[in-house]
Amino acid sequence: MLEALNIFIQSAFIENMVLAYFLGMCSFLAVSKTVKTAFGLGLAVIFVLAMTTPINWAIKNFFLNEGALAWINPAWADVDLNFLGLIIYIAVIASFVQLVEMIVERFFPALYTSLGIFLPLITVNCSILGGTLFMITKEYNFWQSIPYGLGSGFGFFLAIVALAAIREKLRYSAVPAPLRGLGIAFIITGLMGIAFMSFMGIKIS
Amino acid sequence: MSTATADQIEEVKVPKKEREPLFSKKNRELITDPLDDSNPITVQVLGICSALAVTTQVKPAFVMSICVIFVCAFANLIISLLRNGIPSRIRMIVQLVVIATLVTLVAEFLKAYQYSLSKELSVYIGLIITNCIVMGRLEAFAMANKPWPSLLDGIGNGIGYGAILIFVAVFREFLGSGSLFGFQIIPDWMYGIGYANNGIMLTPAAAMFLIGVFIWWQRARNQKLVDIS
Repeated sequence: MLEALNIFIQSAFIENMVLAYFLGMCSFLAVSKTVKTAFGLGLAVIFVLAMTTPINWAIKNFFLNEGALAWINPAWADVDLNFLGLIIYIAVIASFVQLVEMIVERFFPALYTSLGIFLPLITVNCSILGGTLFMITKEYNFWQSIPYGLGSGFGFFLAIVALAAIREKLRYSAVPAPLRGLGIAFIITGLMGIAFMSFMGIKIS
Repeated sequence: MSTATADQIEEVKVPKKEREPLFSKKNRELITDPLDDSNPITVQVLGICSALAVTTQVKPAFVMSICVIFVCAFANLIISLLRNGIPSRIRMIVQLVVIATLVTLVAEFLKAYQYSLSKELSVYIGLIITNCIVMGRLEAFAMANKPWPSLLDGIGNGIGYGAILIFVAVFREFLGSGSLFGFQIIPDWMYGIGYANNGIMLTPAAAMFLIGVFIWWQRARNQKLVDIS
C-alpha cells in the first residue's frame, strides 16, 4: 500500500509528465486558456491514463513479450511480438479516447463543445503513450502500474489547471507584445518546471 | 445558354493547364515557409512534446531531427497517396497506423545500427508517433494535397522542427556542459580561473525559456505573427 502511494506521489509530483518530462505539451499549451476547459481536459486525461497503463501492461506481458504466448499454445513459446508494441498501444489508447468522447458527449455536452478538437486529440497527447512507455522502461509490475497511471494523470491535471489559472490572471499584466500568448506561456511553464524540481528527493517509505 | 457555354469553356481550360515544374515557386515555399513564417514549433505549437527532452546535447537532437524529417515526409507521402481511399470516420486510425509503422522502422533501424543512441533517446523515438507535427501535417495538408507537394511539406516541416531543436540544443550543450557535439569547447584553463557550467541549462525548463525567448525574437522581427489576445 505504502509502495503504491509512493509511486503515486513520485509520478504526480517528482516525475510530473508535463513539468519534468515536458510531455503532452501541445494540449497543455493550447487548452490552458481558461480554468474550466483545463479542468475538463485534465479529468479526461486522468481517466485515459489510469485505464490504458494497466491494460497495456497486461497486453505486453500476456501477448507481446518473448514467450508470453505460451499460455495459449506451448508451441508459441519462442514468439516475440515486441516489435508490434507501439501500434497496439496506440490502438488501445485510441479506443479509450473514443470511449471518453462518447461519455462526455452524452453526459457533459457543454464541456464537449468547449473542448472541441482537443478531446479526440488526447490520442496524440504524448503523455498518454509516454505513460505506457515509461511504465515499460521502469519495469513495473501490474499492481505498480495502476498507481503509476493514476499519478501521471493527476500530475497532468494539476499542471494544466495551475497554468490555466496563471494565464487567466496574466491577462491583466503588461507583457511585451511579441511575447504575449505563446511566448509567455512557454516561459511560465519553464518557471513551473523549476518550481516542481523542489519536489525532488521526496520519498515515502 | 451563355452560362452553359461559359461553363464548358471553363471545363476545357482545366486539363490544358501547364504541368507545374517540380520546384516551382509554390513548391519551394512549402519547404521554406515552415522554417520561419509557419514554423511547426514556434507558430503552429506542434510537436513540442518530444522535442524538449532530447535537446540537452546536439547529437541526440540531430538524430531526432533526422528521424522526424524521415517520418514526417514519408507519412505525408503515403497518406497523400491513400487520401481518396480513406473513409473520413476512421482516418485517425489509418493515419496512426501509417505513422506507427514508419516509427517502428526507424526505431528498429536505430536499435540495429546505433544502439547507444537508441538507448539515449529511449522512449522519445516511440513518442514520434504522438508527435503532433506528423499528425497535424497529415490532417492539415496531406489529406487535401497531391503526393509531391505533400512530400515537400513533410520535409519542410521536419526541417523547421529540426532547426529549432538544434538551435535549442546548441545553447543548452554549450552553456550547460561547455561542449558541442560532445567535443569540449570551453578550455580547461577557463574552469581553472573560476568559470562554471550553467547547471540550469541541463534542466528541461531551460529549453522552455530558450524557446520562449526565440518566439519573442521571432515575433519582434515578424510583426504579423504577434498574438493580439
